[in-house]
Amino acid sequence: MTKRTPLYDLHIEHNAKMVDFAGWDMPIQYSTGIMAEHHQCRQKAAIFDVSHMGQVVLTGEDVGAKLETLCPQAYATLKEGKARYGFFTNEQGGIMDDLIVSNAGDHFFVVVNAALRDQDIPHMRDNLDGVSVTEIHDHALIALQGPASEAVLSALLPGAADLKFMETLQAPIDGVPCRISRLGYTGEDGYEISIPETEAIRLTKLLLEHEDCALAGLGARDSLRLEAGLCLYGNDIDQSTTPIEASLGWAIQKRRKEEGGFPGASVVQKQLAVGAARKLVGIRPKGRAPARAGVEVQASDGTKIGSITSGCFGPTADGPVAMGYVDAAHAAPGTPVNLLVRGKVNLAEITTLPFVAQNYKR
Amino acid sequence: MSTTYYSEDHEWITVSGDTAIIGITTHAAEQLGEIVFFEPKDVGDEFDKGDDIGVVESVKAASEIYAPVTGEIVEANGELEDNPGKLNEDPEAAAWLYKIKISDASELESLMDADGYKALIA
Repeated sequence: MTKRTPLYDLHIEHNAKMVDFAGWDMPIQYSTGIMAEHHQCRQKAAIFDVSHMGQVVLTGEDVGAKLETLCPQAYATLKEGKARYGFFTNEQGGIMDDLIVSNAGDHFFVVVNAALRDQDIPHMRDNLDGVSVTEIHDHALIALQGPASEAVLSALLPGAADLKFMETLQAPIDGVPCRISRLGYTGEDGYEISIPETEAIRLTKLLLEHEDCALAGLGARDSLRLEAGLCLYGNDIDQSTTPIEASLGWAIQKRRKEEGGFPGASVVQKQLAVGAARKLVGIRPKGRAPARAGVEVQASDGTKIGSITSGCFGPTADGPVAMGYVDAAHAAPGTPVNLLVRGKVNLAEITTLPFVAQNYKR
Repeated sequence: MSTTYYSEDHEWITVSGDTAIIGITTHAAEQLGEIVFFEPKDVGDEFDKGDDIGVVESVKAASEIYAPVTGEIVEANGELEDNPGKLNEDPEAAAWLYKIKISDASELESLMDADGYKALIA
């Protein structure tokens, strides 16, 4: 039996096509379709239900410093009101999950992937001494994303414009206490809002009253994040990929790179010094044929150099886009490669990420 | 004089003598969502009933087209290369996939008529 989010009835009301995603009954798209929902988010504003993700509250002494024993991020120095992308690493330097950690003042607020809450929560309970780890089950989480997000939220929360990218605050929206964070996973400006479940549909409907705001499903979320060059856990990153291989070195702060002190630090530090054998890169197929996860990537001479981990047709890029791992020797932007799609060779090129410029309000 | 049949794999086939035009049904196009790419097989390719005879791709996924009967590809709809979205607009007419030559007309007996197909997708 799949689980339902607090917004389930709203999805049905909007004729969503529902699918099982990590054990949750989630909208893959609404009647408008993936393409229109994708453009809605890039051009105006879209609301995604991401309530399936795990929302966790950490309380205790020195939570940030203790998180540093599990993550390569500088969470000890994360200031109150700030959020930071990060990941749990294993002893081999592989990524156990990626997450967003926010310093909410009297607690830390952590959002983890839906499929991995049953790994991550025990992992934190077992390893964060003196920290109380509590999953919040009674809150929805919505992502309001797109260039009009600020205008949409400002109609209900006058201070919305003052919040900067990767900042978070607790504030009432129409009298309902919410946690509002200026971040997301589409490459666009926007907010993620944690809402008490009993008010989730009412507040989401209030946001949807804005003429520039509409619902979008997981299908559009996937094409948006891929165009933005953002990794999907389970596709592009997993226990066997290190942050350096995944081109996520930017998410490890300088002090942590130097000091280490996180699981798998020796592996990560060695790769930082001498480079990783393989790299996650952008891959742009020539022509119109999408190349999807699992497609073999070859050098021009036909030798296998890697494989695609995410691929789709990018509505904003107006063509196929993909990410995948290739041998470091072939990872330079501009390198011509072959993609083996259904037994046929399609030409492609290694590119920089993202495919569509990120549009954050810093 | 032509007759249209439907397959369980959601293709239509309009037969005139030993030639036919085939395509995907409106229902199939709706299920696939916005179609962004059609990869046809080559003219002259011979295929058995049930073989994969090309792929249509939506934003989300790739789906194979299965031959409703045994035959040979005579022509592929070239317009779909530049405008695959036509498969969403008019899948049962302008956005046909192939003209084919039918090898064994008796295979048509296993297909459905319009009412049968309507019942299948109801």
